[in-house]
Amino acid sequence: MVDDVFDEVGLKVENLHASYGAVEVLRGLNFEVASKGVSVILGANGAGKTTTLRAICNMCTTSGSVVLGDEDITRTGTAEIVRKGVAHVPQGRGTFPELSTMDNLMIGAYTRKDNEIRDDIDRWFEIFPRLSERRDQLAGSLSGGEQQMLAVARALMCRPRLLLLDEPSLGLAPLIIEDLFERFTTLNKETGLTMLIVEQNANLALEMADYGYVIESGEISLSGSADQLKNDPAVQEAYLGA
Amino acid sequence: MNWNFDVLPDFIFNGLSLGAIYGAVALALVLIFKATTLINFATGELAMLGAFLVYVLHMEQGIWLWLSMLIAMALSAGLGVLIERSLTRPFDPADHLPVVLITLGLFLIINAVAGDIWNYQVRILTNPFGKFPDWVPSVGGDRYVEVLGSRLKYQSIGIWVTLALALFLLGLILNRTKAGLAFRAVSSNTESARLVGVHTGRTLGFGWAIASAFGTLGAVLVAPQLGGVNPNMMATILIYALAGAALGGLDSLGGAVLGGILVGIIQAVFVTWGGVVVFGQLYMSILQLAAAFLVILIVLLFRPAGLFGTRRVERV
Ligand SMILES: Nc1ncnc2c1ncn2[C@@H]1O[C@H](COP(=O)(O)OP(=O)(O)O)[C@@H](O)[C@H]1O
Ligand SMILES: [Mg+2]
Repeated sequence: MVDDVFDEVGLKVENLHASYGAVEVLRGLNFEVASKGVSVILGANGAGKTTTLRAICNMCTTSGSVVLGDEDITRTGTAEIVRKGVAHVPQGRGTFPELSTMDNLMIGAYTRKDNEIRDDIDRWFEIFPRLSERRDQLAGSLSGGEQQMLAVARALMCRPRLLLLDEPSLGLAPLIIEDLFERFTTLNKETGLTMLIVEQNANLALEMADYGYVIESGEISLSGSADQLKNDPAVQEAYLGA
Repeated sequence: MNWNFDVLPDFIFNGLSLGAIYGAVALALVLIFKATTLINFATGELAMLGAFLVYVLHMEQGIWLWLSMLIAMALSAGLGVLIERSLTRPFDPADHLPVVLITLGLFLIINAVAGDIWNYQVRILTNPFGKFPDWVPSVGGDRYVEVLGSRLKYQSIGIWVTLALALFLLGLILNRTKAGLAFRAVSSNTESARLVGVHTGRTLGFGWAIASAFGTLGAVLVAPQLGGVNPNMMATILIYALAGAALGGLDSLGGAVLGGILVGIIQAVFVTWGGVVVFGQLYMSILQLAAAFLVILIVLLFRPAGLFGTRRVERV
């Protein structure tokens, strides 16, 4: 049992193991995400960051426990986890290339039954005018930055309480990354959406996060507040290029 | 060489109506292929089974032909859902071999069961478009109209109109309903579909349902051209449909239909001139088959994704 680090826990992961076939990739992870906070998981290529997010959504073989708020979702199916309020922007964006921008947003609201879906889409088109201009274009023909915006907007169309972001900065130009992270910060401040971001780009991630973890070969090797991690010599050497 | 242009419209008309059937079966193949990248080799046999259902309902039980067709299509759809649920879903979708083997197994089983129940003789099934209805003013005969000096059969017109209506309906379902959107999403990116809460298994079942219903419609419409229904009726049609799907692009629904129609026309043109003139009657069907596939191979050589296949435009 781990003591809760935060007053209110959004997500609590205990002794999480995951494997692909015979290869064990996660070897007993323990971490928490503060409700309404932004947490980050840092780690090198192949450390197990993507697998961690996939394990949370029950997209690979796992053992251990994943608790969302006060509900155990370890054995809940992926599609049902979405209904419980978890949105996941996978690595490589995961848009639907053969669907239009509009349809990508519509399918994002697949789990909803209310009649405010159109209003939400209009709001995202206001926030991302580039998407509005390309509403009838196939998602596969958008630029990398536009696709990332679309992926985020699509994930938020389900009105989640927890947003998982897998390396949102990957493959984007520095200016676009900065813009994107600014939007994440605004989103968190304005709506109190709980976020868990996985990143190799430690500078930016620690800038916006409250709390962070470092993952190495499938285990949490370090954890602390964003400021603590920023000043940690090991983190500086390995992830901040100091 | 005897370039007899007078018979051309006849063959084009025939090619267009047979091609439309290939298109319908190709569409059934592509619906499932798009969502799973699997070829369902049982497509033709499922369609044949559907045609026999119509035979039983209409010829044996005396139910109105069109109602029989609707019931048979609904039952085929249900069977499609059942097959998806029980035979394909338990297997890892990334591992294609087991599921392909299952569809091949289904092919053999359905054929054998149908052969056992109905034996392998041809059984007459009422042609839904045999004679023009009474309200149509007589132009030519009661089974055809004269166009360009050739006979355009009522049956051909009926096939085109029916399939066009069915395609229109399919378009509405895919583009205007939530289930259709989910199906397109699963076809485009299965993992992401799951991440927006789509139950991908159920959605694939929906695809199997539509594909099976479409196949049945195709089989019923083609039966009169084959003299009726019989357990082997769909064997060559499936091959031509596969060719049509490959020609049009295995991942394009519109391409499948057009590809099927093109195959029908190519086939008809080779009957007109190729077969008879070069090798004489005896070798006609073999040559026809070979020549049609040669054309398709040449197209695929230059356009591996098929004529209308949208190879993914993806920028990362
Ligand atoms: N589908 C897979 N099959 C087998 N091994 C995998 C698969 N996905 C990832 N791995 C392995 O698991 C380890 C962790 O991968 P991943 O979670 O993607 O790391 P990260 O996201 O931190 O780069 C790597 O060694 C990788 O090679
Ligand atoms: Mg990764």
